[in-house]
Amino acid sequence: MGIRQNAVTVLFGPAGGGKSTLLRCLNRLNDLTEIKASSGRILIDGENILDPKTDVIALRRKVGMVFARPVPLPMSIRQNLTYALELAGEKRKSKLDEAVERSLKLAAIWDEVKDRLDEPAIALSGGQQQRVCLARVIALQPEVILLDEPTSGLDPISTGKVEAALLELKKEYTVILVPHSVQQAARTADYAAFFLTGELIEYGEGKSLFTVPKQKKTEDYIMGRFG
Amino acid sequence: MEKSLSWREFIITRLIQSSGYSAILFVALIFFFLLREGLPTLGEVDASSLLNIRWYPIENYFGILPLITGSLIVTLGATLIAVPFGIGTAVYISEIAPRWVREILKPLVELLGGLPSVVLGFLGILVLSPFLRVFLNLPTGLTAFTGSLLLGGIAVPTVVSVAEDALDSVPRAYREGAWALGATKWQTIWRVTLPAAKSGVLTAVMLGIGRAIGETMTVMMVTGNAPVLAVKLGSLFSPVRTMTATIAAEMGEVANGSTHYHVLFFIGMVLFIISLVVNVIASSVVFRAKKRAERILS
Repeated sequence: MGIRQNAVTVLFGPAGGGKSTLLRCLNRLNDLTEIKASSGRILIDGENILDPKTDVIALRRKVGMVFARPVPLPMSIRQNLTYALELAGEKRKSKLDEAVERSLKLAAIWDEVKDRLDEPAIALSGGQQQRVCLARVIALQPEVILLDEPTSGLDPISTGKVEAALLELKKEYTVILVPHSVQQAARTADYAAFFLTGELIEYGEGKSLFTVPKQKKTEDYIMGRFG
Repeated sequence: MEKSLSWREFIITRLIQSSGYSAILFVALIFFFLLREGLPTLGEVDASSLLNIRWYPIENYFGILPLITGSLIVTLGATLIAVPFGIGTAVYISEIAPRWVREILKPLVELLGGLPSVVLGFLGILVLSPFLRVFLNLPTGLTAFTGSLLLGGIAVPTVVSVAEDALDSVPRAYREGAWALGATKWQTIWRVTLPAAKSGVLTAVMLGIGRAIGETMTVMMVTGNAPVLAVKLGSLFSPVRTMTATIAAEMGEVANGSTHYHVLFFIGMVLFIISLVVNVIASSVVFRAKKRAERILS
């Protein structure tokens, strides 16, 4: 399965299909769970990231991730954004401020928080927190952004804002999204992959996959006949 | 049938209620008793004499400052030992250790917390203090430092146990969020997990201090029991006497109702107030954290 640059690739399917697990392989977050069994290869820019010699820290800066539940770190909004950059060695204040503004704008939350950057991020609403988390990932200038049901806890308006931000983002980044509904999958997908019980059933361009799926199982799922 | 059920309900509710109230009642009674026996001190001994630096009750010297400073220096030493060790151990158990190590260490630490303090005091007299006397070339091994080391050991399990619970209750998502940003394990612990568990860790520290300041048996056995004002750095390596040890050692021999007797209760009052202050600080920290949690939920 190849994933295109500068497009939104959607991984969808019923629960337990291995979508999140696949996402977590892409930034090796699965390393830290108790189970460690992986075989095969994942290539990013021609390099196999499952190679034990891979610099996992650098990989995670290149492949950012947003989780289902917003996880603002226990710091101010500004620090949430600059923390990872500081870890990466960026110290110049002007660069940091620039990154804060740029990524908050891209995540469509700048107007809401620009006057309260030094308040704790936890005081924001759920939808705002999630967009701050998205901005936090953007601030690192990754190549790939992974989103694991980023809107599952959000109201429709916040969801719309996040989705609009994604459309903006795909111009610069490669976006891989696990949506929380088939509708969202259909709305956002340039490319889509359907997973069922750990297997990739169908993978193709979003438009054709959602209108004329080739596989019977995919069609059944999209039509809501199971799952 | 229904009537008897509601009766049972009524009785059970009342029983639980009264046991709840009785806890408050007992504390109030204890405090009242302390006040009744301790406050006459203020009429019998002048404030200037109480704040004297000499504790020699037989000749009517009732200066409690050496005892207070003795308690403080031993507790301070114990805190300085117990807090870094305790938090370090808690971080190791909760964040770094593999599962099987954690499952051995956690019960082990809690077992250590149940060790009778007299046993530790015994070890202190027989092993630690001779060693310190030789190692540090001191005239005696029974010093404030010896007491601090042992009290630190006593407080460590308390700190570890509470701090570990606090770290453990930090949602896994926080750590994953930080890891996904390219933070290393250590950076995540230092900047994310520990700050998120801050209130619980502070509570652990406070409880550890409370445990150390109230401890009697061990300090009585190993600190040498010399009521000398302990304000110099060197005092750490000379004998001191704590408030708790004074009460325990002298209460049995004092004439009931005498000035000395009242002063001992007065010391008990001071101790009560100190641990009350520690507890109030601890619970106000926890209360603040609760309010913050409520704000997140709303």
